Amino acid sequence: MTRWAMVADLRRCVGCQTCTAACKHANATPPGVQWRRVIDMEFGEFPDVQRAFVPVGCQHCEDPPCMEVCPSTATKKRADGIVTIDYDLCIGCAYCAVACPYQARYKTERASFAYGAPTENESLRHDDARLAVATKCTFCVERIDSGLERGLTPGVDPEATPACVNSCIAQALVFGDRDDPQSNVSQLLATHKHFRMHEELGTGPGFHYVWDTLDDDAGGGEGKI
Amino acid sequence: MSFGPNPWQQTSWDARAAGNFIGGGAGCGLLVFTWLASVQDSLRSVLIVLALALVSLGLLCVWAEIGRPWRAINVIFNPRTSWMSREAALAPLLLGSGALALFGVAAALPLAALLALGFLYCQARILQAAKGIPAWREPLTVPLLVATGLAEGAGLYWLFAPWWGQGTNLLWLGFGALLALRFVLGVGWYRRLARQLRPRALRAVNQAGHAFNAGSLLPLAIVLGVWATPLAPGWSAALQALAGVLAALGGAAFKFMLVTRAGFNQGFALPHLPVRGVRR
Repeated sequence: MTRWAMVADLRRCVGCQTCTAACKHANATPPGVQWRRVIDMEFGEFPDVQRAFVPVGCQHCEDPPCMEVCPSTATKKRADGIVTIDYDLCIGCAYCAVACPYQARYKTERASFAYGAPTENESLRHDDARLAVATKCTFCVERIDSGLERGLTPGVDPEATPACVNSCIAQALVFGDRDDPQSNVSQLLATHKHFRMHEELGTGPGFHYVWDTLDDDAGGGEGKI
Repeated sequence: MSFGPNPWQQTSWDARAAGNFIGGGAGCGLLVFTWLASVQDSLRSVLIVLALALVSLGLLCVWAEIGRPWRAINVIFNPRTSWMSREAALAPLLLGSGALALFGVAAALPLAALLALGFLYCQARILQAAKGIPAWREPLTVPLLVATGLAEGAGLYWLFAPWWGQGTNLLWLGFGALLALRFVLGVGWYRRLARQLRPRALRAVNQAGHAFNAGSLLPLAIVLGVWATPLAPGWSAALQALAGVLAALGGAAFKFMLVTRAGFNQGFALPHLPVRGVRR
């Protein structure tokens, strides 16, 4: 089996938002809609402070609460773990949006564009079917599917890999098959400490966060001197 | 340990969504109480019409909220797991049996009351299934919303029944018991939330609590007062109507606040911070 998953290495992410921009370009999402966003978190009090940049979005859960509540069956989960929305079935009730513990879903009532009139890219990629219905990160499923048809490996070959992962300047985002022990994500998770967000809710996210090496004696993480 | 930004109020559901819980809850409660009270004469028709109108108005509210209203029929496609589908599937049966009861079919009213109970339960489960909102997903939300709907319906009954010379002592005490049950469940629900919610979210729940407390304790005091004190029929009817209004308005205001003001998500949280540079 295949289980597509994403890993965000929190030690590497610098909060540049290039992934956000790449996602917006690839999917032409309207202003205010960020299927991939990076949360800038600050902790502690001066002078003992820490900062973390946390990429978030649809976690493509194992047991997606959005799918369970969806009254129209528009939200589905594929065998490879990708959670999809059928825009032609969705009634735009936004029940999925309040059911998602990751605030990953959006609903846009009318078309809007970054600079008023649509840019060339927005004109090319705008889809009226996405208005007044739920939308979210798709893991760039079209790229994955077309890449697989051409014999490419998602997460390895850029043409078959989500746009956010391709664009990451720090290689903080990694994509691959969680069920393949040799895949890049499996290898990364096997050698590092990691967690999934809101694990206690039992949603089984397909999005993992790396925060340290497994070896405690390593003395430091990515920034080790 | 958990790190993360503060939660914030959900913006996906607004007053229109709250309207469905308000109208549906009160309407269903009223149908149940109308059947339990064996209401007679023209009052029976008045109460059934009011109940069906409230349920319909609630559904109209939610229809006005959805992004694609002309494909609203799709709402019934997932009864296997979605409580919204189940609620929507029950709606025509409820309204149909209510209409039959209105036209004098004797067996239709108990059926409508049963369906109303199911509809009310579905509504409560809709909120509880919203995993993204801690105040809603708390398990006690279900009995609390069911009790709130029943108390609202009982309140509406007592708003009208005294003027038709109907309503027994037993029903009056039943109304009081529902108010007490609603209050006890609300206190338990709040205590559980107080242990889980971040301060900002809890403050929002506190705001919703004012309407809840006023809508439960004031009418409960009136119920006990009227029960214990011999009053002239006019005064008694007026106080019973006042208690009914307070119970209905209190429940409606609570649900409005719960959906539109106290529906905080849980934000993002990190159980660990990234280890970079020198280990802390």
